[in-house]
Amino acid sequence: MATEILMPALSPTMEEGTLAKWLVKEGDTVSAGDILAEIETDKATMEFEAVDEGIVGKILIDAGTEGVKVNTPIAVLLEEGESADDIATSAPATEAAPAAEAADKAAPAGGSAKAAAPAAPAPDTSPDWPEGTQMKTQTVREALRDAMAEEMRNHDEVFVMGEEVAEYQGAYKITQGLLDEFGARRVIDTPITEHGFAGIGVGAAFGGLRPIVEFMTFNFAMQAIDHILNSAAKTLYMSGGQMGCPIVFRGPNGAAARVGAQHSQCYAAWYAQIPGLKVVMPYSAADAKGLLKQAIRDPNPVVFLENEILYGRSFEVPVLDDFTIPFGKAKIWREGTDVTIVSFGIGMTYALDAAERLAEDGISAEVIDLRTIRPMDTDAILASVMKTNRLITVEEGYPQGSVGNYITSVVMERAFDYLDAPVINLAGKDVPMPYAANLEKLALVTTDEVVEAARKVTYR
Amino acid sequence: MATRKTAAKSNVSAEELLGFYRDMLLIRRFEEKAGQLYGMGLIGGFCHLYIGQEAVVVGLEAAAKEGDKRITSYRDHGHMLACGMDPKGVMAELTGREGGYSRGKGGSMHMFSKEKHFYGGHGIVGAQVPLGAGLAFSDRYKGNDNVTFTYFGDGAANQGQVYETYNMAMLWDLPVIFVIENNKYAMGTSVQRATKSPSLWERGAAYGIKGEEVDGMDVLAVKAAGEKAVAHCRAGKGPYILEVMTYRYRGHSMSDPAKYRTRDEVQKIREERDAIEHVRELLLQGKHASEDDLKAIDKDIKSVVNDAAEFAKESPEPALEELWTDIYASEVPQTA
Repeated sequence: MATEILMPALSPTMEEGTLAKWLVKEGDTVSAGDILAEIETDKATMEFEAVDEGIVGKILIDAGTEGVKVNTPIAVLLEEGESADDIATSAPATEAAPAAEAADKAAPAGGSAKAAAPAAPAPDTSPDWPEGTQMKTQTVREALRDAMAEEMRNHDEVFVMGEEVAEYQGAYKITQGLLDEFGARRVIDTPITEHGFAGIGVGAAFGGLRPIVEFMTFNFAMQAIDHILNSAAKTLYMSGGQMGCPIVFRGPNGAAARVGAQHSQCYAAWYAQIPGLKVVMPYSAADAKGLLKQAIRDPNPVVFLENEILYGRSFEVPVLDDFTIPFGKAKIWREGTDVTIVSFGIGMTYALDAAERLAEDGISAEVIDLRTIRPMDTDAILASVMKTNRLITVEEGYPQGSVGNYITSVVMERAFDYLDAPVINLAGKDVPMPYAANLEKLALVTTDEVVEAARKVTYR
Repeated sequence: MATRKTAAKSNVSAEELLGFYRDMLLIRRFEEKAGQLYGMGLIGGFCHLYIGQEAVVVGLEAAAKEGDKRITSYRDHGHMLACGMDPKGVMAELTGREGGYSRGKGGSMHMFSKEKHFYGGHGIVGAQVPLGAGLAFSDRYKGNDNVTFTYFGDGAANQGQVYETYNMAMLWDLPVIFVIENNKYAMGTSVQRATKSPSLWERGAAYGIKGEEVDGMDVLAVKAAGEKAVAHCRAGKGPYILEVMTYRYRGHSMSDPAKYRTRDEVQKIREERDAIEHVRELLLQGKHASEDDLKAIDKDIKSVVNDAAEFAKESPEPALEELWTDIYASEVPQTA
């Protein structure tokens, strides 16, 4: 049967081109792979090969013709025994690209599924553990170690890898004792090679293990961020649900003290942007433990942001054989009526201190700890704002494109009419972290700033 | 045709030769069809064809056993067909349809098959190298004797993470075969313009990794080298590097005018070194098959490819709800 040769699309964006030159003439026999013509696009001249064998029966578009639309028949290929006269009756090209059409159809429906009327917030306010549970005092450091040890005891496929996690017992002693209990097969010292071991960790998760990859700090994870985003977060989607990546990337994040610009940055907002990732940033020891256990069990890649200054702080932790904190459930640390203060991680220190001071002046602040940035418990924020009508967000990261900016947009969309004052986003200053003690203090968010912001939004 | 080192001494059976012929021809015809569908606008975006390199994956798959894993870059259609993935599912992914391996959400560069232990399909040059070592890590951790074929090109060979991976793979005796598919051009930059290293596989020596150069236009040589590498890995001796010298006939992607090399250079290799022609000659000269036998295979392959193309055109586009699915897994996926 005679087949039409169509003007090819030679790049993702090509719509038309110039048929610069024919390299065959009518009557020539061609086989697959032979170059038929040269096609010029706005970017380049390309050769166009035959896909089938046959005889060039008729050339429909002359060499030198400009503006030939993609999919226009440019020649007819005949099989042996056919003549060019058969051509006139052959059907015109009917297989014009359906892709573009379909894309148009998709546009209106695909857009904003969220644009519908906002649902009333219904936050989960259930207690994290049963009332009356025995508690003990523990540091965040110990809580994190216990979380890993408990999960490793129960699941052989859980292992921890990173720099100095084994023999050195952890650069910040989070993995203390794990090598002794679990051995070198499951507690693995890596060379200093973040890009490489993050990739190996992701590959191991593809292979059915559940790695905990410790970064000595999240600043160093910048070398590995391609694997966290492109290899870990996107694979489930790109594989149509076939290939998941259960992995935890954890380590200290944000400013420590006097370590300068390259070691002092909060990555919460960075990772919170990425679909496919879950992002956790605990404040208390109980949350650190319950959330890390949850992270290790989660079938998705989890970025678990710790804080060096909080490692040594002590909190009450429930004495339970097994407990986890679900993702996407904020914790109300302090109930209040005048202003909502939303924070996470070390920001909670300033939020809680400020609330204490505000209470002395008769301002009742409600303090919410997000605990997980993604998924985010926006319902808890909205329910609180609908009560207090004022909102302050507190974080250590940079101000532009901050977590607070996102919260503000959610509140604008879903609770605009409830606001009695503009939302204030408190963040780290818009500067690289200085070394000098006085300047570093100035660069970080402070309790004073939270108090001042609360007075501003309550007009007191 | 230039003489090939292993062809003469290899005791390959007629059946195996015919299998190689068939498998390589399937890849070539499939890729030609993909190029055609791209020209018709049915395939979009980037589409990197494997034409010319067929002997690499077909030879190495002949050295693999059930349970072995493979991972590669974005020039991945050949690898998928060689490990037994369904041409229909691959082609339908190229056209972005529901019947594709990733239900249309991955495209040419991102396909996976748990069943065939094919782990992608990765679009960031070199990223698949530590991922492949990680797959090998998982097998070593579990204590089985599977190996992972980790494919990358001469371009990726200059990425830093490759050497980070070499270091750890050797340090931890990971059963990974690093297959450098040296097709001489990283997009438009020839190997000579990218490095002064005389060879890429020798870089492994800095980490104590053994390796060798292989004639990638000779499927029998590739298989023999693959068997050696696999034996090394299965014996627990750690990684192995194969630098397979090959050549891609087409541009880097569909939108590459390929002005960095001459038409004569491409034509000369097609005429003198073509891997499929080589096996064809072995079959005919050895009287393992007649012209008619081979014609029958050609016809059969053509119909497999046409069926795949038909399926890829007929399969519907993914439902619009698919935009929002597969972002998060709800339970731990069962991985092999």
